[in-house]
Formats: sequence, C-alpha cells, structure tokens
Amino acid sequence: MEILKTYKIYIGGAFPRTESGRYYALLDSNGNTQANVCLCSKKDIRNAVVAARKAFGGWGERSAFNRSQILYRIAEMLNGRKAQFIEELTLQGSTQAQAEAEVSMAIDRIVYYAGWADKFVQVASSVNPVNSSHFNFSTLEPMGVVGVVAPANSSLIGLVSMVMPVLCGGNTVVGIASEKLPLCAVTFAEVLHTSDLPGGTVNILTGKTEEMLPTLAAHMDVNALVSEDLGPLNIPTALACVDNLKRKFQCDQDWMSRDAQNLQLITHFQEVKTTWHPIENIGGSSSSY
Amino acid sequence: MAKPFIPSEVFSNVSIDKVGVEERIARFQSRSIKNEAKHQGLRMVLNMIDLTTLEGKDTPGKVRQMCYKAQHLHDAFPGLPTVAAVCVYPSMVKIAKDSLVGSSVKIASVSTAFPSGQSTHQVKILDTQFAIDQGADEIDMVISRGKFLAGEYAFVYDEIAAIKEVCGKTRLKVILETGELPTLDMVRKASDIAIHAGADFIKTSTGKIQPAATMQVTYTMLMAIKDHYDRTGIMIGMKPAGGISNSKLALHNLVMVKEILGNKWLSNEWFRFGASSLANDVLMQIMKSENGNYQSADYFTID
Repeated sequence: MEILKTYKIYIGGAFPRTESGRYYALLDSNGNTQANVCLCSKKDIRNAVVAARKAFGGWGERSAFNRSQILYRIAEMLNGRKAQFIEELTLQGSTQAQAEAEVSMAIDRIVYYAGWADKFVQVASSVNPVNSSHFNFSTLEPMGVVGVVAPANSSLIGLVSMVMPVLCGGNTVVGIASEKLPLCAVTFAEVLHTSDLPGGTVNILTGKTEEMLPTLAAHMDVNALVSEDLGPLNIPTALACVDNLKRKFQCDQDWMSRDAQNLQLITHFQEVKTTWHPIENIGGSSSSY
Repeated sequence: MAKPFIPSEVFSNVSIDKVGVEERIARFQSRSIKNEAKHQGLRMVLNMIDLTTLEGKDTPGKVRQMCYKAQHLHDAFPGLPTVAAVCVYPSMVKIAKDSLVGSSVKIASVSTAFPSGQSTHQVKILDTQFAIDQGADEIDMVISRGKFLAGEYAFVYDEIAAIKEVCGKTRLKVILETGELPTLDMVRKASDIAIHAGADFIKTSTGKIQPAATMQVTYTMLMAIKDHYDRTGIMIGMKPAGGISNSKLALHNLVMVKEILGNKWLSNEWFRFGASSLANDVLMQIMKSENGNYQSADYFTID
C-alpha cells in the first residue's frame, strides 16, 4: 500500500508539528496535493531558538575533530538516502538528471565542510606582531545561534550549502526552509537526526518566510543571520538586526557551482578573540617568546 | 506552646483523588493570560519571589550580589517591584542583612539542618536561634521526613511546635520536601501537621530533591490551607519552591491560588515562589511584552 509522508518540523532533536496547528498544501503543476507541510508561527521560532541556544554549549565546545566526524557522517547518511531526495526533487519540478546532480553536489559539499572542521581555526588564526612586550595572538570562536534563511528557489543544495559552514564552525542553527520547495529540507532534517548530531544543533522550520523572518531577525538571542537577497524584506530585516548588533550576511551564489564553497563562509560566523600574553621581550617574529 | 498532638484533630478525613487533581490542574494550565493581565501577573510574580541561593559554594560575595539583584532587578526598565525576600543559609544572614539595609526586602534563612533535617533536636533549635539572632525575618525549616514516613507524626508535630516557639513572632515556613513523600495523601497529612503545629507558611521543597514543586503537590497543599481557613478563619501562607523556572508555570500557579484561595492570598504576605532562575525569565517576558522582541539571557544579570 502506498502511504504519504507527513512532513513535520525539526526542533530540539524531535519532529513535532507546528505549535500553531496550521499547515499548507504543496501542489504539483496539475494542482494535485503532493504533501501537507507545517505552516510555522513565531512561537515555533521561539522554541527553535531556545533549543539551539541550549545545544550551543555542547556543540561549540566539542572537539573539532569530533565535529568533523559528525559532519562526515551526515554525508554518509545523505548518500544512503539518495533515492528519496531524487524522488522529492523530481516531485518538485527537477528533471531526473538535475536531481541526481543536485544530490551529488550536496554530498560533496558536506564532505568539503567536514574536512574544514578541524582545520579552519589554525588556517584563519594568527600570531600578530605588536610593539610591546606581549605575545599577541588571535583565534576564532563560534558566534552562537545563527539563523539561516534557505534560498527560495532551491530545495536541497541551497539549504545544505548555507547550513554546513555555519555548523562546521561550531554554531547552532535555526533554519527556515524554502516555502515553495520545503520537502528536501524536512528529509534533510531526518538525515541530520541519524548522524550523531546532538538534538537542537540544527532546527528546521517550514512555512512563510515573511511571517517568521521578522521574529527571527529581531530575536535578541540570535547572533547572526544569513540569507540570499530577500527583495522587499532586505531593509526591514536589516533594521530588525540592529538591536543586538546581529551579524547579517547576504550571499547570492549559484549553489550548484563547484566554487560556491569556501573558508570565508565559515569565518563569517566566527568571533575573533585576541589575547595579549605578557612576555619578557618585545617580539613576535623571532623565537624570543 | 501548641496543643499536644491529637491525630483526630489534626488529620482531616480527606483522601486525595489523584486523577481528579490532575484533571483540575490541566484546566488551570489551559487558561490563556494575555496582554495587560499577563503584564500585571508577571509583576506580581516578581514581587512574590524569594530569591534563593542555597549552595555549599555560596560566598559573601555571591550573597551580596544576590541582595543587590533583589533590589535592582533590571535597572534598564525602571518601575519594577523588588522581590519579596532573599533566602540564604544561617551563616549568610548577617551579610544579607548588611546588604539590604534600608530596603523592604526580607531575609529568610533556612534552618533545622537544612536540607536533610538529619540532626539532633538541640542542634535544630540552636540553628534556628542563631539565624534569628543574626537578623532573619523568616525561618524556613525542614520536617523530619524519615520520622514522618515511619509514622511518628507526634515527633514531627512536636518538632515544628518547638521551632515555632523559638521563632516567636518571626514567621515560620515549614518545608515538607514533597519529593520524598510518595503520595498526595502523605503531602496532605504533612500539611495538616505543619499547619496545626504552628506554621505560618507551608512550603513544598528544599530545591535539592526532584520532583520539587509540581502543581499536583501545590494544589494539595492549597486545599489543606483552604480547609483550615474554612474551619478556623486563620490564613496560612504557601510557598512552592524548586522547579518553577519559567513565567508560564508561575502564572499557572497564580491562577491556581486565586481560584482555590481567592484574592486575599495574592500578595507576597501569603504567597511566595522559592526560585533562583525564575526572576530572569519573568524579566525577559516583561521586556518581551514591552518591546515585542524575544529576549536573550546575555542582557540580564547572571543568577
């Protein structure tokens, strides 16, 4: 017997329905219902941020090598469910070839960031020459809870490409899936759930971006926000970010491009901590310390 | 001196219907409190808090900091009430007293070998006397749960009566430690004993044992207070403590108090919350209702 999947949201390592009890129907080109999807409210945003904040301590302090292993595990799990993602992508309008390419690219991208997890800190940190008796060095620390607004025109690769660098850096995520193409986001949450990722590290909500985004952008406990160009929502979102000086980052890329991945996407969501350690002699470039 | 212990006078003939209790509590929890009512409710909650630190690692600095917080909950938003009291160990009462000079915040001290109560009668009396001499306005004592569970109700009764005698006019809160009392019937029995032996307040828990102040036990204790009031006209205070860490739960407790005991109990003279982290959550909720944005603990004091 053919049964239809219930697409639920992902908060704190569980798959609840939206607190609001609302849903919207996802139609195919013939007007037939493909799935009922949760129409989340601002209270779901609140719950997701609470879960993400709670998870941040554990994830941010985990050893970089272990984070790398878990990220790689996500790629393994996604690989094992290729067929399901391809089916969902074709259901949402991709051709078979496009769908296969997108899933492969998503797996490659996850492996790329899995590799960076225990390397970016040493590559992006520095020892700084200063004109006083100090050994001065700068190192990176995760920012905290990062809001991710997935690209509107991508079901899988956009979300994956935005979430992975944030996660790689030790942040936790509250993600808003594409309103028109939400299916892969929910299935990706199921992949995350089976990848040893601690509950709450990534939370994924579905529904209307214009309804949830103002709450997420103004939330004092969210430290950064990443999205593509939001059109008319750009300015109100930027203004809402002001109160707690949220780092707002816009990236518009062709995520299917091989080059749409780099170290900067990780370091954008890092704070730099500089330490002035007193030493006897002025130095920094010699072995005087 | 309280009257001697006579079981037929102390114990009411009530047995608690747990299913019924849960059903009634579910109804308290389904109340929707919004906007102005919520705002006023939250301010009332703040004013009913006994801000508490009861840790082995407490230091004078920690107590001073908490006393400052008790008087200045969130200076960024003027016009907020203070908390009702601070709650500390006897050894910290003097420090709290000095830090609270000129404020209306009271000082509650735990005593009687808190939290276990496993000590001699003499030590418990001295413990209480010491706290009062140091300047405590209120005493939070624990009952001897071991004796209670062994059925030695007269022992428990006499002990409370003896501590009340030491207290004199100082208000006495009696902690039942409901997490160690397996049934609601026992919670009711312990409440009856405490009330008859001279408690001014009955209190759920020390905060050291889980579960602490569940709505079920608070309900049961409120009913004991109500029955006593209906019979004698004497008001007894209630203090749920431990586990109430968010505003929603605190508001549900207020709803319950109002519906069982009425408006007379809705002040910090008769109702308190024993809590350490509740205040910040309430403050965050108040700020949320002021400016519409969800708040972050980063912008409030550390507990």
